[in-house]
Amino acid sequence: MWSLGNITQSVDAWLNEAFSPAIALLIEFVIVGTMAISLFAILGLVLVMMERKVSAYMQIRLGPNRVGPKGMFQTFADTIKLLLKEGLTPTGSDKFLFNLAPVIAIISAMLLLAPIAFAKDFQMWDLNIGVLYVSAISSVAVISILMAGWSSNNKYSLLGAMRSGAQIVSYELSAGLSILAIVVLVGSLKMSDIVASQETGWWLFKGHIPALIAFVTFIIAATAETNRAPFDLAEAESELTAGFHTEYSGMRFALFFLAEYVNIFIVCAIGATLFLGGWMPFHIGQLEAFNHVMDFIPSSLWFFGKTFFLIFVIMWFRWTFPRLRIDQLLNLEWKYLLPISMFNLLLATAIAIMGWHF
Amino acid sequence: MSAIQYIKDIFGAVKSLLIGMKQTGYYFTHHKEIITQNYPEEKPKLAERFRGEVVMTHDEKNEHKCTGCTACELACPNGTIKIVTKFEQTPEGKKKKAIDKFVYHLELCTMCNLCVAACPTDAIKMDQAFEHSVFDRSQLTKVLNKPGSKVMEGVE
Repeated sequence: MWSLGNITQSVDAWLNEAFSPAIALLIEFVIVGTMAISLFAILGLVLVMMERKVSAYMQIRLGPNRVGPKGMFQTFADTIKLLLKEGLTPTGSDKFLFNLAPVIAIISAMLLLAPIAFAKDFQMWDLNIGVLYVSAISSVAVISILMAGWSSNNKYSLLGAMRSGAQIVSYELSAGLSILAIVVLVGSLKMSDIVASQETGWWLFKGHIPALIAFVTFIIAATAETNRAPFDLAEAESELTAGFHTEYSGMRFALFFLAEYVNIFIVCAIGATLFLGGWMPFHIGQLEAFNHVMDFIPSSLWFFGKTFFLIFVIMWFRWTFPRLRIDQLLNLEWKYLLPISMFNLLLATAIAIMGWHF
Repeated sequence: MSAIQYIKDIFGAVKSLLIGMKQTGYYFTHHKEIITQNYPEEKPKLAERFRGEVVMTHDEKNEHKCTGCTACELACPNGTIKIVTKFEQTPEGKKKKAIDKFVYHLELCTMCNLCVAACPTDAIKMDQAFEHSVFDRSQLTKVLNKPGSKVMEGVE
């Protein structure tokens, strides 16, 4: 039976046979880089289409339906439009920072792909501090937003960037604490260990109440960290025009847009890995027959199914809830989410020490 | 803020958010009726009081009710209407004022309905046509009275 893990192993064996190890490694780097970039492009196209269709269905509309069958090529047309547009740099802007900001946004999103296990034995870099790496790199994204807002020399951009800074810095706390609850239960920061620990059941079901609370806080914090409605104050198209990317046009705007959607995919992939078992099929304890049937579904399908389910939930939030005010946003974090997730971490620790989880 | 109130707040918030999500989730899964109209394929259903352009009503004998009193021209806030009058010879040999051209500048019109309200003889009314795009701006200047039309008998 073929799987993504087998393919990568055979490609690796063949390359090592045909070339010297150093050149084989170099070729593998190029292959992986190309695959990461093409994944970016595909994600951008698919997620934008999905967002528009989901929003249309939730608002009793049809959504895009002109370009291609059921409007499925609308995002291709939009991408070509963005590629052909002029990338304007305002006269009063800090040109170096202005041009650097979208690149940093996309690089921080790209770095986050490294520790994600897409399928069984199919991972770029299984480093032993995978979860820490993710939470560290995801805070680099705020630098690109602040940089974009500051260098644009526009008051709306600066307001949006400052709001976004306050928001991301504060929501990182509860995101980190909810991740920690699972790390405590697993006892490892390594992605492959976290997935392997869920062989008998996903943490969402195994971890009792703490895992459930951690899941809810993680989803809220992830929505806030990716600057999506109801936490999209940084963009707030109806009050700040577009926040930090007001002055961006053409391909640089597209890079921000792409980074936003790839970040959604990544936080949902992390959420799926931590709480829903990553590529691990749905297993119930010791029910061998049931577990065996579930194993027949490829692990990559499990991973992408769970991730896209979480993405759908986040889109559901966006098209249901109204935007929060900045004081409400910070109240929610500092007065509700942070105390709850701190208490939850204590509870998770108690459960892990007593061994009460399954 | 008491501890009980704090916990009540959390559960109340979660409950109200779930009610909202239930509604949108219902719309998502029951995608049968849509509230938007497929405009170029279907004729749009316009609201009763939608105003698209000013027209002059003509009956089957090609007669209109406009006496050329210029009440609409005076009522118009931005000079959309210009009435050009002429003198006609009546059978009794008297000279009578009548309209030559009722010039209507659609590009200036704000559809405020003041001209229709000002008209003493109900000669003009608002029509619902809205597909006004043309390639040349001069095509938006229209003459509302049809060629060869004359004022209706008994309308003073």
